[in-house]
Amino acid sequence: MFVAFILFLVVVGTLVFHFWSPYWLTPVASNWGSMDQTLILTFWVTGAVFMAVGLFMVYCVWRYRYQKDRKAEYKPEDKKLEFRLTLLTAIGVVALLAPGLIVWKDFVTVPKNAVEVEVVGYQWGWNYRLPGEDGILGKTDIKNISDNNPYGLDLNDSNSKDDIMVQDADLHLQIDKPVKLLLRSIDALHNFYVPEFRAKMDMVPGMITFYWLTPTKTGEYEILCAELCGTGHYAMLGTVLVEEERDYSNWLAQQITFENALAQNRTILQLAENKK
Amino acid sequence: MPDEFGYKIEAKVDMAASGTSVPPIDYVPVAERPEQELYHSKSWWTTYVFSQDAKYIGIQYTCVATAIALVGLTLSLLMRIQLAFPNLSLLDASVYYQFITMHGMIMVVFFLTALFLGGFGNLLIPLMCGARDMVFPYVNMLSFWVFVLAVLVLVASFFVPGGPTGAGWTLYPPQAITAGTPGNLWGIVLMLVSLVLFVVGFTMGGLNYVITVLQARTRGMTLMRLPLSIWGIFVATILALLAFPALLVGGIMLLLDAVFGTSFFMPASVSMGELLQTEGGSPILFQHLFWFFGHPEVYIVALPAFGIVSDLISVHARKNIFGYRMMVWALVIIGALSFIVWAHHMYVAGMNPWFGYFFATTTLIIAVPTAIKVYNWVLTLWRGNIHLTVPMLFTLGFIITFLNGGLTGLFLGNVVIDVPLSDTYFVVAHFHMVMGIAPVLVVFGAVYHWFPLVTGRMLDQGLGKLHFWITFVGAYMIYTPMYYQGFLGVPRRYFEMYESSYISTVGLNVFITLSALVVGLAQIIFFYNVIRSVLKGEKAEKNPWKANSLEWQTPKMPPEHGNWGEKLPVVYRWPYDFSVPGVDKEHIPQNVSPSEVAGAKVEKT
Repeated sequence: MFVAFILFLVVVGTLVFHFWSPYWLTPVASNWGSMDQTLILTFWVTGAVFMAVGLFMVYCVWRYRYQKDRKAEYKPEDKKLEFRLTLLTAIGVVALLAPGLIVWKDFVTVPKNAVEVEVVGYQWGWNYRLPGEDGILGKTDIKNISDNNPYGLDLNDSNSKDDIMVQDADLHLQIDKPVKLLLRSIDALHNFYVPEFRAKMDMVPGMITFYWLTPTKTGEYEILCAELCGTGHYAMLGTVLVEEERDYSNWLAQQITFENALAQNRTILQLAENKK
Repeated sequence: MPDEFGYKIEAKVDMAASGTSVPPIDYVPVAERPEQELYHSKSWWTTYVFSQDAKYIGIQYTCVATAIALVGLTLSLLMRIQLAFPNLSLLDASVYYQFITMHGMIMVVFFLTALFLGGFGNLLIPLMCGARDMVFPYVNMLSFWVFVLAVLVLVASFFVPGGPTGAGWTLYPPQAITAGTPGNLWGIVLMLVSLVLFVVGFTMGGLNYVITVLQARTRGMTLMRLPLSIWGIFVATILALLAFPALLVGGIMLLLDAVFGTSFFMPASVSMGELLQTEGGSPILFQHLFWFFGHPEVYIVALPAFGIVSDLISVHARKNIFGYRMMVWALVIIGALSFIVWAHHMYVAGMNPWFGYFFATTTLIIAVPTAIKVYNWVLTLWRGNIHLTVPMLFTLGFIITFLNGGLTGLFLGNVVIDVPLSDTYFVVAHFHMVMGIAPVLVVFGAVYHWFPLVTGRMLDQGLGKLHFWITFVGAYMIYTPMYYQGFLGVPRRYFEMYESSYISTVGLNVFITLSALVVGLAQIIFFYNVIRSVLKGEKAEKNPWKANSLEWQTPKMPPEHGNWGEKLPVVYRWPYDFSVPGVDKEHIPQNVSPSEVAGAKVEKT
């Protein structure tokens, strides 16, 4: 009696915790509400299975608890029952998987009009680069990295000159504009994750990974590194602001291009040289 | 004249004399190979230290694995205190990352793998198969001592300059061997050497387990009469023999990258602002090798637990396991599928996104045989006569925990739901439920069940129940809230618990830590119970749980060297003939011949 009761409390308590506790998904701020829908579908299907199997077990523990004069049933197999349960489970699994794969197709298919934004992770912070007026990001190579050129841009690539550098500052995105985030790391694995956007992807040195999203709610969101990247991993936070078009354009106008940054650096270096 | 099984060869003569073509019902065909002579120890060293008796090696494995698990447990409690009470400044970030790494590796490899295969494998395989020992006792002894060496190397990494590696138990390059990670010089090298040693030691033991099951079963013990414990350990060992080489390869190559500056996994990259000399390696290749081992590893831990729990549930519910053949096939199918799902750990690792379709599909297919196992456990309880003994309690706890952890796997396996949840506390909760707490509950159930076989004494049932309730309910309260932290997006492996601006989880965190401390301390009850019972526990009667499998049918309990005395047992049935209609006895051991239970209406097995 006692055992069945406590087990009952554990099973039902799980459900109670779900309804009673305030913890749940953050409000979504991107087009990936579809991920939430598949998640919530899975939550209720698996939740129902958990309750059904759990409560059936509790019932068995109570109903068939030891009695001296009871003899257990002897029935090694029941092919029909086993087949039905297998079929039912298979149907359930397909019902969960199919919508998931449909959303996955959206996730891996980047819309043609998506603007490219490069995110460069390093131990332990974030840099960003926008393509500038020509709409093309200049080539990069880790080997070009120097104090003067923290992104490792190819100086001979004319596309890099107008690239806009957002270094150790907040990233701004325009609302309702699809962006393709090109993810790059110069040292360790990192992962660009904004809980409200839902999406995430590792950043791997030597590769360019990507994902896309459309921000759908203005506001300020925290960027988290979601792949252990060394001692400073937990402090590798950043901020992304989703803005209306006007605010976004104002911000963009204040950013400097790679060419300007190089020139500035040269002037600083020159000044330093002169002082000597 | 009786042969080595004590089997009267005259049976054949009777058959000819009576003139019928039907053999007498007790007749079992002769074994294909004669019995080998048994190794006998000659000195104190070869009896108590370098023992070649599988039962003894099993206990040695269990003790060493448990000792290192206590280190792993302590690390986890210290981490939990740090997370909930950062003001105490108990750990700094480096130490925290070293602890998560060591906790993970210790628990998965050096505790659970070693305990289930080395510990229970050695104890149960020869006894349950009706063999006198493993087929290669000397190699078996070597296996254990190489394992001890691996553990010592692992522990040594706590004492080298820089301390143990803090790369996470997945040891991903490049950061595992670059300057931003603690223990990137000595710690990582010792970790990799320790893993290589572990694989070497395991391979020797693993060959033994597989070959003993295939070759040394007693007469009448067909594969489809093996207890599910043996099936679980057998399939898991095959997985391990095929999966560990991937770890060995990955480990050695990473070792070369770390020590000799090769670039197997190292791309051109920067470390602390300095350009490294490496070029052309692929960090993702390491992840593929790691998870090609790492995913089967989950089942290497889970399948023995599945098997053992099936036997516990049947014995203590006094009912045959429901759907035995389906249970065996489910184990085999899960084992096979586990080799083609590995990249579901890498959905957001930057591999080609089209992989997602394949690995999500294979991963969700695994849910079907796994669900069948859960149904069959519960259906075994249905119309049983359930003794709520301590092993049965742990079994029930396991079913709830595994159900919970298994179902949340459907979130993470379904690629697009993994995108928001991966690398969050949802993952931490899922894998602790499914391959941490669930198997550990089985370990405890199994210890309470087989303790009398090993020591001849019973563990105290009252203390056992107290231990069960605190451990099961407490562990459930640790991990269920973590799912919700994961829904919120709280990332794992953060030294300072991330506070979502949406809603604070400070209270939840403190609650989890307090639960963890209670569960951790409750294990003292268990160890007190074990020590007290070894010394002065109640003497166990022979076959105290009235089980059918062979390990309880030895002439002496605890079984002596060679297990079976003069004659090997002959097996006539599966181990699940409980509550058979037509006989008064509630259970019919595997070595009871049909003529002794003439009226039994058993189904042919």
